[in-house]
Amino acid sequence: MLPEADLARIYRSLRLIRRAEEETARVYPSDKIKSPVHLSIGQEAVAVGICDVLRPDDVVSGTYRGHAAYLAKGAPLKGMMAEMFGKATGAAGGKGGSMHLVSAEHNVLGASAVVGTSIPAAVGYALALKREGKGRVVAAFFGDGATEEGVFYESLNFASLHRLPILFVCENNGFAIHTPLSKRWASPAICDRVKGFGMPAQQIADGDVFAIRDAASRHIAAMRDRTGGPAFLECFTYRWREHVGPAEDYDAGYRDRQALTPWQTGDQVARVAGMLPADARKRIEDEVEREIAEALDHAETSPWPDPKELLKDVFAD
Amino acid sequence: MSSLTDGSRILKYVDALCEGMGQEMEADPSVFVFGLDVDDHKAIQGSTKGLLQRFGAERVFNTPLSEDAMTGVAIGAAMAGMRPIHVHIRMDFLMLCMNQIVNIAAKARYMYGGSVKVPMVVRSMIGKSWGQGAQHSQGLHSMFMHVPGLKVVAPSNAHDVKGAMITAIRDDNPVIFVEHRLLYGTEAYVPEAPFEVPFGKARITRPGKDVTLVGISNMLVECLRAAELLAEVGIEAEVIDPISLVPLDFDTIFASANRTGRLLVVDNAWMNCGASAEILARMGESMDRPVKMKRMGFAPTTCPTSPPLEALFYPNPATIATAAREMLEPGAPAWDPESERAKLTYQTQFRGPF
Ligand SMILES: Cc1ncc(C[n+]2csc(CCOP(=O)(O)OP(=O)(O)O)c2C)c(N)n1
Repeated sequence: MLPEADLARIYRSLRLIRRAEEETARVYPSDKIKSPVHLSIGQEAVAVGICDVLRPDDVVSGTYRGHAAYLAKGAPLKGMMAEMFGKATGAAGGKGGSMHLVSAEHNVLGASAVVGTSIPAAVGYALALKREGKGRVVAAFFGDGATEEGVFYESLNFASLHRLPILFVCENNGFAIHTPLSKRWASPAICDRVKGFGMPAQQIADGDVFAIRDAASRHIAAMRDRTGGPAFLECFTYRWREHVGPAEDYDAGYRDRQALTPWQTGDQVARVAGMLPADARKRIEDEVEREIAEALDHAETSPWPDPKELLKDVFAD
Repeated sequence: MSSLTDGSRILKYVDALCEGMGQEMEADPSVFVFGLDVDDHKAIQGSTKGLLQRFGAERVFNTPLSEDAMTGVAIGAAMAGMRPIHVHIRMDFLMLCMNQIVNIAAKARYMYGGSVKVPMVVRSMIGKSWGQGAQHSQGLHSMFMHVPGLKVVAPSNAHDVKGAMITAIRDDNPVIFVEHRLLYGTEAYVPEAPFEVPFGKARITRPGKDVTLVGISNMLVECLRAAELLAEVGIEAEVIDPISLVPLDFDTIFASANRTGRLLVVDNAWMNCGASAEILARMGESMDRPVKMKRMGFAPTTCPTSPPLEALFYPNPATIATAAREMLEPGAPAWDPESERAKLTYQTQFRGPF
């Protein structure tokens, strides 16, 4: 078992993401968040396990379902909430919304809502980091659906050809919107497909945050000391809520609530909580609640963007 | 009154669209519908509802997220004699299809010396509101208008969407079929039997003598609302719906603008090199008496999600009416139609009869 300080850090991150998204869902019906939200509730362990072994100067690329990666990389919740409220203090000044979270300061690349499109940009960033030679790496998150786009395979090939320092992380939650893998993939053996490009590919099927962390740690260490190039992780996970929006959708007919049960039983947020002494756990939970309350208050009270902002940043000056 | 003597009933845009596809699938077994999420319970906001149940999974099917290749699949199937309808829930995603549409679909007929045809329909929806933002709200029809070999249609009401869909399916060419999310709930009288809305034939939706408003896609609805506001200050606007952008019925627009002496084109898109630019350029080339011209469209930026910025991004009935009035009465005393009355015009929609 990891030392308590590590567990505390991991728990804090897991808990912050879970609770921040639960609060987002709670606020949503008030219409204060006029932005489509794709919640990661249930999927936190992937982003947290990977980001826990990243350095602050490493780079993360996420998707429109990107709250978890953004927060796990240490970017501020205040910026995320204000962005969803459309306020001037948001991560993108209120211009991007929930689907395009970004933090230059925390090395979170801006997310795209066109599935798969951020993968090659992450590879390009890795190309620059390799040239830079400081041992920095990129972790690129994307869903199982994104792997169906041609650009995914083109990106793998190029990254492998140039041995770029990038960890490809497929968050396989089994669905693209409402369509299961069985209707989209001719074969489920994605790791075999990826190995064909000459890079290690590993499946982590149980959502174990520590197994994800270990795998990432090993591959990233090899990238940093240049004994390894790109690597691919397929992390099974489960989206607990609807594809977009705050609610559950087990009555919609495309999936069965029973499929949720093992993921709830194996919930990593609760699991890591249980590994901490009660007082340490309570301290973290209180801190997280405070941080969320402050972020919501910040989002509520921040000003709207100035009308002049409409025409700003079309081009770099 | 909910039905007319010709068997028209009040129908929602989304249901009329679905009815048109269903009737052609009934009539022609070579028609099939595919694309992401066409067969799930949400059925592309209801526009493919019931088709899977009626026609089965061979003719109504979901695809992997592979728009580029799937567009090629549609082209190949079309060349082989089928009539695919490829559906995209947002027009923004057509950018992944661009190579196949522009380099193959548009050109196959010509570069293969007339030996093939590509009868396919590419359906996509322009999004708006609720922070759809940068990548879920673009109106990119002008990109397709630019390329010879593609037809581009943008019906604005339930009647036309059914008829234009039927025309598109029967057409032997690739047709880019532009829908708008906010039109889906609008209602009009729609004949029950299959019918065609011809391409290249605009409709004067509201007659008037003072200024010609051309509204594209959802902006037609906004123009009708603007016309109501203008009527309150004694200005009679003529409102024209081009329905199809390629081919474009320029004659109808020309005749109207020539009569009113003023032409305001409002597009659901950017103006630079857009449909509005094209219409004004043709007017400029053809006019034999002075006609005052202006266009409106998206602000020349990416669509922001923040509500106050998003509101500035789009033309609306008040800004359209103000611009139109300015063309008639330059320097007229300030007029702020942004009142309760302006809000009431949001109830307006054009229901026909046609
Ligand atoms: C290129 C493209 N095609 C279609 C869509 C519509 N869409 C949005 S999310 C999504 C499913 C993506 O599934 P996956 O990659 O597994 O990620 P998840 O949403 O499950 O996290 C689809 C089809 C899109 N945004 N972009």
